[in-house]
Amino acid sequence: MATRSAQHGPADGAGQDAQASVHEGSPEAVVVRFAGDSGDGMQLTGGQFTLSTALAGNDLATFPDFPAEIRAPQGTLFGVSAFQINFGSSEITTAGDAPDVLVAMNPAALKTNVQALKPGGLVIADTGEFNKRNLEKARYEASPLDDGSLARWDVLAFDISALTLEAVKPFGLGNKEALRCKNMWTLGLALWMFDRDRRPLVDWLSAKFAKSPVLAQANIAALNAGHAYGETAELAGPLRKLHVDPVASEPGLYRTITGAEAVSLGLVAGAQLAGLPMFFGGYPITPASAILHHLVKMKEFGVTTFQAEDEIAAICAAIGASYAGQLGVTSSSGPGIALKGEAMGLAIMTELPLIIVNSQRGGPSTGLPTKTEQSDLYQAVYGRNGDAPLPVIAARSPADAFECAVEACRIAVAYMTPVILLTDGYIGNASEPWKVPDPASFTPFPVAFLEENNNPGGKVLPFRRDARGVRPWIKAGTPGLMHRIGGIEKAIDTGNIDYAPDVHQAQTDARKARIDGIAHNVPPQEVALGEARGKLAVVGWGSTFGPIHQAVRRARRKGFDVSHVHVRHVWPLPANLCELLSGFGQVLVPEMNTGQFKTVLRDQFLIDAVPLAKTSGQPFAIAEIEAAIATFFDGIPGNEGGEVAVNETQLPAPEIDQP
Amino acid sequence: MNDMTPIQTTLKDWETDQEVRWCPGCGDYAILKAVQRTLPMVGADPKNTVFVSGIGCSSRFPYYIESYGFHTIHGRAPAFATGIKLANPDLDVWLVTGDGDGMSIGGNHTMHILRRNLDCQIMLFNNEIYGLTKGQYSPTSRVGTPSPTSPIGSVDRPALPCAFALGAGARFVARGYDVSKDLPEVLIAAYRHKGAAFIEIFQNCIVYNKDRFDDFTAKAVAADNQIMCKDGEPLLFAKQTKGLSLDLETLSLKVVDVLDGDWQAAGVAVHNPRNRGLAHMLVEMPFGAFPMALGVIYDDPAPTFESAVIAERASLIAGKTADLGKLLSKGQTWTVPEPGDAHGLMD
Repeated sequence: MATRSAQHGPADGAGQDAQASVHEGSPEAVVVRFAGDSGDGMQLTGGQFTLSTALAGNDLATFPDFPAEIRAPQGTLFGVSAFQINFGSSEITTAGDAPDVLVAMNPAALKTNVQALKPGGLVIADTGEFNKRNLEKARYEASPLDDGSLARWDVLAFDISALTLEAVKPFGLGNKEALRCKNMWTLGLALWMFDRDRRPLVDWLSAKFAKSPVLAQANIAALNAGHAYGETAELAGPLRKLHVDPVASEPGLYRTITGAEAVSLGLVAGAQLAGLPMFFGGYPITPASAILHHLVKMKEFGVTTFQAEDEIAAICAAIGASYAGQLGVTSSSGPGIALKGEAMGLAIMTELPLIIVNSQRGGPSTGLPTKTEQSDLYQAVYGRNGDAPLPVIAARSPADAFECAVEACRIAVAYMTPVILLTDGYIGNASEPWKVPDPASFTPFPVAFLEENNNPGGKVLPFRRDARGVRPWIKAGTPGLMHRIGGIEKAIDTGNIDYAPDVHQAQTDARKARIDGIAHNVPPQEVALGEARGKLAVVGWGSTFGPIHQAVRRARRKGFDVSHVHVRHVWPLPANLCELLSGFGQVLVPEMNTGQFKTVLRDQFLIDAVPLAKTSGQPFAIAEIEAAIATFFDGIPGNEGGEVAVNETQLPAPEIDQP
Repeated sequence: MNDMTPIQTTLKDWETDQEVRWCPGCGDYAILKAVQRTLPMVGADPKNTVFVSGIGCSSRFPYYIESYGFHTIHGRAPAFATGIKLANPDLDVWLVTGDGDGMSIGGNHTMHILRRNLDCQIMLFNNEIYGLTKGQYSPTSRVGTPSPTSPIGSVDRPALPCAFALGAGARFVARGYDVSKDLPEVLIAAYRHKGAAFIEIFQNCIVYNKDRFDDFTAKAVAADNQIMCKDGEPLLFAKQTKGLSLDLETLSLKVVDVLDGDWQAAGVAVHNPRNRGLAHMLVEMPFGAFPMALGVIYDDPAPTFESAVIAERASLIAGKTADLGKLLSKGQTWTVPEPGDAHGLMD
């Protein structure tokens, strides 16, 4: 039943890293990519494999990559949905560059993903789907399983469809429903390959299909059959059981978490620490909707969710709630954030706390709804009419998004300001293990509303500032403190309409000074890896953390004098950042945009930051950043930094593009 | 409105120390006074009252009422009001908007606050012109309105705010005009209505659209050209000499003559503000052939948005406790033991 072509391709040139081929007995890290039709349940398969990986104690990072269409036409190239996981026994910070194993559920999945596979990597393909029709849809003239075009890799092809149908036969499902169990069969095989316990999956399936036990049993049977296939089929060569040792993690309680979950939990925790109910106004948009979905289930924490009629209403309602004394939050992606711009200006003008979460995606306009980019930094920092400063925080990973959300809440209420929290599609959807924090370890930042007149004998002064330039928060409904606020320029202290020249000058200065002052109330910038001074600093923000970190680690192993600095507070920048960066000969800024943070750094510090730009909708590969770092150490003048070439494969891995 | 103990206040208590900045003679002054007269009559409490507005001449209103007030951005007042009311349902929320703010840039939000039925009073000042931007035609301007952006007269067909409101699902629709002595009565009814109460107030912009509504507000013609709708009373006008009757053949209203006050003989309909069909006919009667319908045209309460949100939340959280530690460790977890401990356990 199994066919196999074991001609090895050229030797892997990028073998110095932690990732190892599946041929080794106990590799330090393995990258597996599941790819199939968008109806094949690949995200679910990947998600469950992730859970089993976490339960096995490996560190991991994932990259779900799916098309914008909910159900693209079956078998097409653009309908391929993929899920990549990198797991291992040492620290994992990226979803990995090139997969070691590719599970391809149909020809289209093979075609769009195989180029990314490491030479010598393993392809597992379902021959049941490699029929004439599907081959044509994937634009293959002949089956790649037979024509030798996959010679660079190990190929294991067998009829997963038929094997699944056989396994679920006793349950009397229709053909279509029976074939839906294919992903569980495949997962069963993967669990066997990596020596995983099936029990959690069986429990999960039983719970998921509690209302239809037959489906639960059929899926469990498929899972078991896939596992048994690995165990009993006498397969030589590539299919071999591998055990990846658990990572040595800090002791404690762990779970897996996606960025969207982490943001939701962080917002809830932040509101609790502030002692406030939370009001979340949202309007569905990919990939930000997940946050609204999560928060709807957390209403016992004083959360009110409001699905507004549009993005504008979502933020306006949140600002209204802040005026009435709750912590207003809204969330969206670039196009929706653009619509919210005017309302953000009002929150800045009226000095009300507000959190705006932007799960960035590729732009401009509708752009790439399901792909990732960091191209909304200018929008966050500069993108409003008037001089309208507000703090901007960027999360670097799914787990980090929790702390960032708490931090956003803290700054919003401490400084009476809207705060933008930047994540992106990659962070939002990807998952990683998270050490569950103990709520008792958090420092509360309870809000003190103004309840007594701050101007005895006169009218309350809603815009009387404290030493930090912060006005009091007065809850609408407080006796004796009635006042009016609005978007028109206002007099000092009273807040009455006043747009005299000196008043606007003074208020503009006050708004700027208050936000600038936040730089002194955030943790000093630290170096994520390497020395605090040296030849090259690779400076990143947001979800580039993983690839930058690994690239710098590899470069340091080669002896290069390079450090990694990762900035969470992108506006205002931490007070010590300028001094820190001036301790380096050069600064390289890898970003998934055309160089926006580079511009901010140049503007703020007058330093010659060099951009490394990438806008393919895909995260950086480690090798791309490694290659850029190397240009600083190759002795060729003027060769430093540069752009990343556009890759045609879904997850680019340049080292295999040059055999 | 809210079920709260009435508070004793006077008109003076609702005046702020701010200089009112509308043009001398603007209809807004009369509306402001009517509102300031109404608030003591209904026992409103300044600390629990919030006036929310968008942008435009009318939207300066909150600065002149001694309560909480939020002058927001163009067209979005309904969204702010929704957040305020959901955050604190005890607050009495009034919206002040205009034909541009509420029917043009904010038309979408007007629709949604009405269909959701948020408990609030929405006063739409309709002067059929853009005042603050210096006289361009508005979405309620009649065809042929000359303006800086329509030199030979506007070509767009106007929107009917009350018909729009009913179409959006409003449960309370009323009409009045700035200098009308009946305006407080309409505002009181709106205040007492639990849910979104929509009041179109014709307002005279003396600079850009002067006397636009004279053909039914001027003293000489008012009696003949306006009809005040009152619950349970016949729909009579022109000093009881004319009435509105239902034409059964066309299923529409028609004007009938009433002889010697015998409106029943003339077949005049009795106003029923719970009759949605009648409300539609009253707000859409073409002026000229028909009088302008004023007063409480439709008033049929339904459950409010905020009460539904509160009930939904109660049912979602029933039996749940807010345990942050539990929330954070939800789902499948595993423990990495202290070095020397037994192997990691799956929880």
